[in-house]
Amino acid sequence: MNSPLEKSAKREVSFIVNGEERNLFPHPMERLLDVLRNDLGLTGAKEGCGEGECGSCSVLLDGMLVNSCLVPVAQANGASIITIEGISTHDLMSPLQQAFLECGGAQCGICTPGMILAAVHLLEKKPEPALSDIREGLAGNLCRCTGYMQIFEAVARAAQPRMAK
Amino acid sequence: MNVPHIVGASAPRKEGRGKVTGAARYVDDMVLPGMLHGATVRSSVARGKIKKISFGPGVDWKEFVVVTAKDIPGKNCIALILDDQPCLAAETVNHAEEPIVLLAHVDRHKLRKAVEAVSIDYEPLPSVHSMEDSERKSTIIWGNDNILKHYLVEKGDVDAVWKEAAHIVEGEYLTGAQEQLYIENNGVIAAFQPESGVTVWGSLQCPYYVHKALMALCGLPENKVRVVQMETGGAFGGKEEYPSMIAGHAALLAIKSGKPVKIIYDRVEDMVATTKRHPSRTRHRTAVSKEGEILGGEIEFTIDGGAYATLSSVVLSRGTIHAGGPYYWPSVRIRTKAVATNTPPHGAFRGFGAPQSLFAMERHMDRIAQVVGISPIEVRRRNFLKTGQTTTTEQTIQENIDLDGLLDRALELSNYDAKKKRFAEENRNGKLKKGIGIAAFLHGAGFTGSGERYLNSLVGLEAGADGVVRVLVSSAEFGQGTNTVLCQIAAEALGLPYENVAIAQPDTAVVPNSGPTVASRTAMIVGKLVQSAATGIKETLAKSGLLGEDYTPDQFRFACREHIAAHGALKSYSRYESPGNVYWDDEKYRGEAYAAFAWAIYVAEVTVDLTTYSVTVNDFVALQEVGKVLNPVLAEGQITGGVAQGIGFALFEKVVWQDGRMLNNQMTNYIMPTSVDLPPIRVFFEEHGNVHGAHGAKGIGELPMDGPAPAIVNAVEDATGVRFDSIPLLPEDLLEALNDKSGERDLLSPVRGMA
Repeated sequence: MNSPLEKSAKREVSFIVNGEERNLFPHPMERLLDVLRNDLGLTGAKEGCGEGECGSCSVLLDGMLVNSCLVPVAQANGASIITIEGISTHDLMSPLQQAFLECGGAQCGICTPGMILAAVHLLEKKPEPALSDIREGLAGNLCRCTGYMQIFEAVARAAQPRMAK
Repeated sequence: MNVPHIVGASAPRKEGRGKVTGAARYVDDMVLPGMLHGATVRSSVARGKIKKISFGPGVDWKEFVVVTAKDIPGKNCIALILDDQPCLAAETVNHAEEPIVLLAHVDRHKLRKAVEAVSIDYEPLPSVHSMEDSERKSTIIWGNDNILKHYLVEKGDVDAVWKEAAHIVEGEYLTGAQEQLYIENNGVIAAFQPESGVTVWGSLQCPYYVHKALMALCGLPENKVRVVQMETGGAFGGKEEYPSMIAGHAALLAIKSGKPVKIIYDRVEDMVATTKRHPSRTRHRTAVSKEGEILGGEIEFTIDGGAYATLSSVVLSRGTIHAGGPYYWPSVRIRTKAVATNTPPHGAFRGFGAPQSLFAMERHMDRIAQVVGISPIEVRRRNFLKTGQTTTTEQTIQENIDLDGLLDRALELSNYDAKKKRFAEENRNGKLKKGIGIAAFLHGAGFTGSGERYLNSLVGLEAGADGVVRVLVSSAEFGQGTNTVLCQIAAEALGLPYENVAIAQPDTAVVPNSGPTVASRTAMIVGKLVQSAATGIKETLAKSGLLGEDYTPDQFRFACREHIAAHGALKSYSRYESPGNVYWDDEKYRGEAYAAFAWAIYVAEVTVDLTTYSVTVNDFVALQEVGKVLNPVLAEGQITGGVAQGIGFALFEKVVWQDGRMLNNQMTNYIMPTSVDLPPIRVFFEEHGNVHGAHGAKGIGELPMDGPAPAIVNAVEDATGVRFDSIPLLPEDLLEALNDKSGERDLLSPVRGMA
């Protein structure tokens, strides 16, 4: 695929994924997405476009929402990464995941992991988002199935319990 | 027993938990031991003879599995309808990006360089790149005349109406290609073992289409081909026919290497090489009375099929039958054809020909209104089909439809009259022009005419000793809610909780052929069969005295266990039976085209910015009559998603072609709507029921694709007073049109290209 891979020497990279420390020995230019999927078996992050347009490979890198297809794995050294697999705990869905399920926020499901991470990121920054905040916050994540309306509803519903407090 | 109705309730999506937790398994998430990765070498010319294939230096070819047409064990074709498309081009290529050589290697990083190192010499042949070029026939690229298929529909004596007409209204309307843009690209894994044959796991809509294609390609009997559908990340028609191609490629590599082979397209390959919506051109010539009633007319509908016939005949059929819209035509002549060009074949995409011909019809209704001097509302009211009248194919409308009532409700929901008045006032000043437009339309559910009879679908249900009933169908889930709705129907029929019904993974070794997952047929046709198979289970248990009329889930479980212990597996099958007295003539294209139609009125409100030439949709009302709504949340999601794709079709999504090859084959330059681009999409249903569908359901999947484009372009015309008859309508198109001083865009000017 990308020729830098063959030229660069492998090196050690360490980071924390979903709370667990991982030590790897990849090509530094390998895409974080491929390392998560192929080396760590975390297949929740998906490749939709490979150029940072669709957001289906979104993960949280030190709290920032990034397209993992654009991040060389070396750049993640020392970072803390959250993937969709880190959002539900012990088989218990988060309120956001529950809301996606109830509101019809997931159809084919391929954009859903990235979309949910974008929503997590949004709700961390803005716990009580207006509709315009939700639209802006999810603008980097494409969904071809839903027309987004039920995704907005899911994010708003997940935010409600906090807003009620 | 008192189980609340599950049909009509928003049961949560069966596979939803896997999707929101990231646990759902798509084909690229699957790895088999010893698996190779496959890649495709494609043609760089639009048409030519293959002279020589060379494997260049710098690659250790011994490491690679190489497949060409010579390695095909069976017939070199993708078996579908006419079987004219090769799996790998052997002597000639007929479009750019046509597959010629396949490569496989254990390290996928080595494939790109190897693909580039294969060079192919061609003797170029003249090629055809537009419908008009194809129609001129100066270069014949398909058959004797470049015509893949044509239809003629004739009703009444249209030649007699011209002299009675107060107005003769003409128009020409164009729609562009559109990419399905499912977020999961095409992908499959194939494995081969001499004893068991070929197994394919893939992202696909129609397991038995792939099954049929692999039997022909690999020369294998039915029981040596197995196709398994993995979780599928969107399809929209785009995974109806092309998966047979990519599955064939992976199977050939697996047969040759003896190892499992995975082929996953990246976005640029998926966009440049696979199917898109057929571009179209529609010409209307309509005789209209002084009052605006349609007396009769001629419609010419032409679609660009690309280089091979594939599904074009069926797409053309649906476009043909929908060309007259939801209106009464006392007489009409509809001539339609699919023509060949040297472009990758166009294919299935939600709506399947109907969005194209309905765009033309609904733009043309506004034009008739202009010419007659009545409102777009009034012209529709005066021509709506009514119960007892006949469609263009002379199908008598039996159901109790009230399009006037539907229109009234849509106008109220959109606050149409008040907005129309307000915009006329406000548009006098400023650079922001507002407009409002409507579209009225219908969509036939299920296969056309005799199609369902030929499909002869079979559905199974199997009850386990644990009292859980599994639905056995080849109907695939790819976001629409197939799994959920079919389980709801089975649960309701069995009087069991929704949780006690499961759906089997579509696997041709396990499930019968319930037909392809297309044509808005699953809830209506397959759902009805699930319902009757469920009755079969109940009857079997009742006959053996294990189950009374009233029972609890525990009693049901006990009865299943006893029955299975005594007789083995407890299964019930149900096969499609044609409703009696259905008349359809495939030759004359006359008769009952569809078992049911869904009906809709959509209203779009737009702002046209005369500084940036952008169009923003500010509000969208989607009102439809779809029979029984089986699951409100899922049904609403089908409509909002379809409307979003329709907005893309109208205003965003332009395929740029050069010599039959897509130039903008990336998400960076082929633009689909994002979360900030869409208006509130407000969805409303009317439920009048339908005798043919499960619980009175009709199909809804494709319907919402038909209405947005004409409603929006009608609104843009309302805002600007300038005529637009071509989509997609991007800012650069608006800029050009609004500065066009020729007068051709004036609302009442004659139309170019018409006799």
